[in-house]
Amino acid sequence: MPPRNIPLHTRLPKTYHIASVKRETEQVTSCTFDVSLGSRPGQFVMLWLPGVEEIPMSVANDDGKQLQITFFAIGETTRKLASMKKGDLVGLRGPFGTFYEWKPKQHLALVAGGYGAAPMYFAAREAAKDGCTLSVFVGARSKGHLLYLPAFRKLPRTTLYVSTDDGSQGFKGFNVQLLEKTLKEGASPLAIDQIFACGPERMLKSVSDLSFRTKIPGQLSLERYMKCGFGLCGNCVVDPLGIRLCTDGPVVRNDIARKITEFGKYHRDELGRKKMV
Amino acid sequence: MDLSQKILGIHFPNPTVLASGIWGITAASWRAAARAGAGGVTTKSLWLKEHRGHASPVIIATDHWTLNAVGVPDAGIEKAREEIGDYQKDQPVPLIANIIADTVENYGKTAQAIAKLKPEFLEVNISCPNVEDELGKPFACSSHAAAAVTKAVKAVSGKIPVFIKLSPNVDSIAAIAQSCAAAGADGFTVINTVGPGMAIDLKSRMPILTNRVGGLSGPAIKPIAVRCIADVYRATEGKLPIIGTGGVMTGEDALELMLAGASLVGIGSAVGYRGSKVFSLVCAEMEAWCEREGVKKIGEMVGGMQRKLKMQNSK
Repeated sequence: MPPRNIPLHTRLPKTYHIASVKRETEQVTSCTFDVSLGSRPGQFVMLWLPGVEEIPMSVANDDGKQLQITFFAIGETTRKLASMKKGDLVGLRGPFGTFYEWKPKQHLALVAGGYGAAPMYFAAREAAKDGCTLSVFVGARSKGHLLYLPAFRKLPRTTLYVSTDDGSQGFKGFNVQLLEKTLKEGASPLAIDQIFACGPERMLKSVSDLSFRTKIPGQLSLERYMKCGFGLCGNCVVDPLGIRLCTDGPVVRNDIARKITEFGKYHRDELGRKKMV
Repeated sequence: MDLSQKILGIHFPNPTVLASGIWGITAASWRAAARAGAGGVTTKSLWLKEHRGHASPVIIATDHWTLNAVGVPDAGIEKAREEIGDYQKDQPVPLIANIIADTVENYGKTAQAIAKLKPEFLEVNISCPNVEDELGKPFACSSHAAAAVTKAVKAVSGKIPVFIKLSPNVDSIAAIAQSCAAAGADGFTVINTVGPGMAIDLKSRMPILTNRVGGLSGPAIKPIAVRCIADVYRATEGKLPIIGTGGVMTGEDALELMLAGASLVGIGSAVGYRGSKVFSLVCAEMEAWCEREGVKKIGEMVGGMQRKLKMQNSK
């Protein structure tokens, strides 16, 4: 048999009962399952509602016993998922893709926009276990959309910076602006070893530019339309590199992201048509 | 050892071809397949107008098989023009444009529009098994319908060779190939996916694919592909080139399809099993086998089984 580079359980969904449901904000919900898929921070799973649809979903936590996802009920499928209860059946396959990587005791700046806070918390929790020092920049439209703040506060060696677009909590403006301000005013740029980011593409583009200017290495989680998750369908192939973000992403190093000319400009829909960011 | 093949005047650096439906949506993916070692690339099926696919899950797999019901999504001719034009700026390997339509007339219209873009070959998908609810029985399931599509496409394709992609899910693939050949087909792609098949999740008792059924591919279907290629090769007396596709994982699999009669070998699901480097791996494995066995030119393999059987029968 030829070598198998994608494990079997990632190619066929298996259904699990929802172990718990938690309403995080008005539109954001978390679901927990009593299963570990061995996911690393930044990876995603394909989540299947039998008879409805399957969608990609970032892993908000996978501690070896339980897996958690946190999502914004924005479309038909996520709204259905948000209305599900403990004990309902949901299919999972994965984990897929690349993940955030760090070295023990590094100083990491984590930039999280909107529900990007969920996977970023997973990264923070795991990096904290490796003795990393964390500067976490959580941003959202307004106070009611800020996620995971109490959880971040509980982590060791962690400084939390909060920003909202409307100034309803913390710094008024974008989290990237707050990071830049902090780099200038506070510790010297050299104090930060890496910047990790997860959030809307405009935010990622700003982080990418900042990482490039300051020469602090960055790792960004890029989102593209994905169907299969294991490199066959071609929907998540990016211009002009031709890499598939389900296998070569979603977490890419900033030097790679900067070679993706569509990054910050357009992405492709389910028909492969270009859609401006 | 020379892996290159010249098919209807077109040079392929090696016989492996990215099969239709895998990656294939953009110029960047065709270039990526060429970089990964493919000797040719095939587009995902192109429609004249926008066509939506099925809701996910659309591709599932085990070690033995892959089941897909992507549902042939495409944005239509404008996007095809843009992506093919982009690819042709440096075109590392030949481009096979796969086309699809809902009626004989629309096959003609699509072929005419795509032929203007000057791909090396046109491949006509008349055999997708996962759009039956929408389009009815595939054209490839009837000699008459398959020939009608072939004729419509040939009437407008000019000098671009036309390959008809056949279905294995028929009583006689040989008879259908003969009808298409009589209607002017220049070659065949053998085979499209098998079935359709179905997979059920036990706990929810629901079919996993949203479309419920999907075309079967992957290692399990190779023996069907080999038999179908042999049937088509014999039925057309080896006069028309065949792109053999179905279950190829290794160089030895590719050689087996060539012995049955394939001049080029499509690789699709194996991308999911062995990664994108599958093209260069398959080429290296073919080369190693040929060098061991004293085969100097890969073309010597094409139809080798048929010649052997003929020799044996004449003894």
